[in-house]
Amino acid sequence: MLELLWIIPALPFAGSLFLALLGRKLPRRAIACLGAGSVGICALLTGLVAISFIGHTSSHSFTYTQTLWSWLDVAGFGPSVSLHLDALSLVMILVITLVSFLIHLYSTEFMIGDADYSRFFAQMNLFVGSMLTLVLADNFLLLYLGWEGVGLCSYLLIGFWYGEPQNGYAARKAFIVTRVGDTALAIALFIIFTHLGTLRIGEVMLAARDTWPAGSPIATVTALLLLAGAVGKSAQLPLQTWLPDAMAGPTPVSALIHAATMVTAGVYLIARTNVLFMLSPAALTAVAVIGAATLVVAGFSGLVQHDIKRVLAYSTISQIGYMFLALGVGAWSAAIFHFMTHAFFKALLFLGAGCVIAATDGEHDMFKMGGLRKQMPLVFWTFLIGACSLSAVPLITAGFYSKDLIIWKAYCSARGSVWLWAAAIFGSLLTSMYTFRMVLLTFFGPLRKNATKRPGWPMSLPLVVLAVLSIAGGLVDLPKNFGGGSALTKFLTRDLPSFVTAPGRAVHQGMFGVFAACVSLGGILLIELLMRSRMYEKISESPRAKALHSFWFSGWGFDRLYDLVLVSPYAMLARINRDDVIDYFYTGLSRLSRQGWRGLCATENGRVRSFVLGIALGAAIIIGLAVFL
Amino acid sequence: MTRIVGHVLILAAVLFFLGLIGVLVRRNIVFMLLSIEIMFNAAGLAFVAAGARWAKPDGQIMFIFIVSMAAAEVSVALALVLQMHHRLKILDTDAAKSLRG
Repeated sequence: MLELLWIIPALPFAGSLFLALLGRKLPRRAIACLGAGSVGICALLTGLVAISFIGHTSSHSFTYTQTLWSWLDVAGFGPSVSLHLDALSLVMILVITLVSFLIHLYSTEFMIGDADYSRFFAQMNLFVGSMLTLVLADNFLLLYLGWEGVGLCSYLLIGFWYGEPQNGYAARKAFIVTRVGDTALAIALFIIFTHLGTLRIGEVMLAARDTWPAGSPIATVTALLLLAGAVGKSAQLPLQTWLPDAMAGPTPVSALIHAATMVTAGVYLIARTNVLFMLSPAALTAVAVIGAATLVVAGFSGLVQHDIKRVLAYSTISQIGYMFLALGVGAWSAAIFHFMTHAFFKALLFLGAGCVIAATDGEHDMFKMGGLRKQMPLVFWTFLIGACSLSAVPLITAGFYSKDLIIWKAYCSARGSVWLWAAAIFGSLLTSMYTFRMVLLTFFGPLRKNATKRPGWPMSLPLVVLAVLSIAGGLVDLPKNFGGGSALTKFLTRDLPSFVTAPGRAVHQGMFGVFAACVSLGGILLIELLMRSRMYEKISESPRAKALHSFWFSGWGFDRLYDLVLVSPYAMLARINRDDVIDYFYTGLSRLSRQGWRGLCATENGRVRSFVLGIALGAAIIIGLAVFL
Repeated sequence: MTRIVGHVLILAAVLFFLGLIGVLVRRNIVFMLLSIEIMFNAAGLAFVAAGARWAKPDGQIMFIFIVSMAAAEVSVALALVLQMHHRLKILDTDAAKSLRG
């Protein structure tokens, strides 16, 4: 079965190509079948590949590499188009294809009224193909191709409704901000190739371990550049500003690209290049600190948003912060575990939000919703499950198992510290608060806007499946305390370094778990009390709170800061340089020669006498020169 | 001898500039040709004086050259003057600038 691996990324590409070329002529039903079907078959195939891969467990470090063709071969630089399947990429493609299929299925109904139905599916399929290329790539060049491919699709789909100028603005912003990270990643790849002479990921890791001493500057620089690439793609501090604006795209796009898959590419990149990060403790610490800072900062911003999708966007930034924190403390498999559960519950929340938005005629403001619990029971219950999973409600949700693991490991890791733990636990409190603020505003309270339509089965089924996964997803990595065997961690430890605990800290895990659970439940209770007793409005009306509110609302003023420091000086320079300063020299040259031409033309006036004068003066000058010099 | 040569050269220079001024100032093409003849002869006179100073025949050879060249020039120039008069009915060079040459 493993030989079929190449079909997995090829199918969405084929679907995309077909839809792009013939989409306009096809009926909507055929477009839906093609668009969702190609990804569906992909998901099935991935399942089959996974079964046969896990069947090879006899050999412990089994990986499968499939070389499709040689891309180019110049002077010792010969990257091939080859796919690499190991435990890490297998988990990634399983989650990606499954969630992508569910979201495509949902989109078949969600986008049915849109004029550009086929364009939507062509771009979505292109995205899935690029994402699978990114994850399955055997060398960094192919990975970079996929990396840019998903960036392109993100740009295209954020600006899907390009009729509105601000959607185009949001798309450009996302593209340009992530470009900063992509450039850093490209430089990292140049360094890797010039120093290690290869771009094949496996070879690079071996060569780096052999040639670069631990803590050497070159390893640190490379790891930091890779980190910058990951930070841009995964919307972490300080490049997080594009993600909230990226919500301008259709909701399924936000669910697929800006929650479940693309934004976690940074996490995948760091996990994939773990050897380089292990060589550089400073870079690894930077990963943890960035993650911890991001999860708290984004949590505060999520707490004050009005737009339901922006809450979810900040929540995504915050949850990826958890993943970065996990990577930074060396809990590699915990990060991938959280990626998996996050893909399930965040996709579920986005799709639920999409149902709500569609039912209330495109209303995004939560303060204008309310009381939808009775009107849309299915959406309410599945959304509630997603919210519980996001808030890490203990024992029953998948989010609890993954997030609790990260919080615990932030403390007990050899690289962990109390501060990282405190940030994580505080982030957990914020998560519960903003999540249930969203749930309470949308589904409880007085009915403000009637739900005009109910989702049909293509929209309901993904909600149900994702709700089940948001609860059952935790079972794959049930820790020993709960009678599980940490199956996912064991599986991933084949390819990722194992976790190192600090001596003396690995005690009282149960107590820490209970405390984390209390904090997340406490957050839910706290926001419930605040909202019910009208304290929330009272607090938010005091002037100091208002200032803080608007500060958090604008995402800690990062947009304004970048506007001031980067955008406006650049715009000013561009205005100054409108006619191209260097071009002045060349335009001057041409102006000079034109003036000369004009002057010479004036002498050619047809009067014999002035010619004579010219000759006489010329002769006088030449003779004068001959005599006096 | 040298002193005479000096005087002759001054005379030649005076004649040359008179001719030049004549070319620059007169607008009638016939008078311009006359002035050019004066300039030729001024140059010829300078050659002859120089030839006498060094007792060499070169100066007189150059003078014969100049005279023959002047004759050729005058024959062409007078033909042109006739054509000009014939076609444009004028002899004013400034008015006849339509050739732009």
